[in-house]
Amino acid sequence: MKKFLIPLAFFIGLLVFLAVGLNRNPQEIPSPLVGKPAPEFSLQTLDASAPPFGPQNMKGKVWMLNVWATWCVACREEHPVLVAFSKANQLPIVGLSYKEVQPQDEPSNRKFTPEEKLKLARERSESWLKRHGNPYVLSVMDLDGRVGIDYGVYGVPETYVIDKEGVIRYKRVGVVTPELLQTTILPLVQKLNAS
Amino acid sequence: MKLTLQRYKWTGVLALVLMASLGTLQAKEAVLLAEDPLVEKRLVHISEELRCLVCQNESLASSRAELANDLREEVRKLIRQDKSDTQIKDYLVARYGDFVLYKPEVKPLTWVLWFGPFLLLALGVIGMALYLRQRQSTQTAQVSLSDDDRRKVQTLLKSGDAP
Repeated sequence: MKKFLIPLAFFIGLLVFLAVGLNRNPQEIPSPLVGKPAPEFSLQTLDASAPPFGPQNMKGKVWMLNVWATWCVACREEHPVLVAFSKANQLPIVGLSYKEVQPQDEPSNRKFTPEEKLKLARERSESWLKRHGNPYVLSVMDLDGRVGIDYGVYGVPETYVIDKEGVIRYKRVGVVTPELLQTTILPLVQKLNAS
Repeated sequence: MKLTLQRYKWTGVLALVLMASLGTLQAKEAVLLAEDPLVEKRLVHISEELRCLVCQNESLASSRAELANDLREEVRKLIRQDKSDTQIKDYLVARYGDFVLYKPEVKPLTWVLWFGPFLLLALGVIGMALYLRQRQSTQTAQVSLSDDDRRKVQTLLKSGDAP
């Protein structure tokens, strides 16, 4: 009897490893940015008349940075959740429109100038937000994805919670769900606001 | 003799002109990708050890994902700024984490990853040695037969001779 117990224990151990491994989401990679200051940037916003925006404008506030694009399919699932959440006014959400104009959108014979890109991106984003609702206090336009690289963006949508000192406290890759807001993000925001 | 040399010279010039024109044609095609062959060589070398985060089982060198394109462009920029390989890798690790490296660094966090298999192997060898020794000792213990057993065996063997 004892003879079987040892291999059985090994087998169960293996099963546990497999079960844990298979149930993890490979897209979720712990970000090295959590606990670090949010990378600085200065980008044009969706509103052409507004001055450029950077994280330093939000110093002293707890806020959320949400990476999105009109071509992003998962964003459509996430968007109503953010719109509903923004109505509660618990946390300002800044949008980061990530590479709105994709290379395949450009005409085959030439490349868009940055001005053309910005114009097209603004038009598209605006009409999309009009149709689906706008949860953002403002949206910055990361046309070439340079800021995205600094924030370690590799799959849209991505969401960051940044504290009063401008330190990234939380990062989510993928869709923000109502459960996630209730169980993780809101308690964190309350804690950060209290400190 | 002089004439043939002259002729060679002309073919040489012609070949040069042709090559030059071909060169410009090619440069136009791939101006973004291969501005500088040295940069490209280093790029391939570095990006083979980096993971594309979108399609996780592809290296940055082989991936055709949009983000991989952007990251290659970023690495090119860093190469042109004369950054060392380690500096470039650190730059990407600071943004995307250790996962971006195909060959993770050896540090306390990755010890299990690097040395775990050898530890398991050592445990296996020790376990096997212990098991074998134990088996051997029990076997030698069984081999010792009593005189009574010997007699029994003898009679059995004898009876086996005459069926």
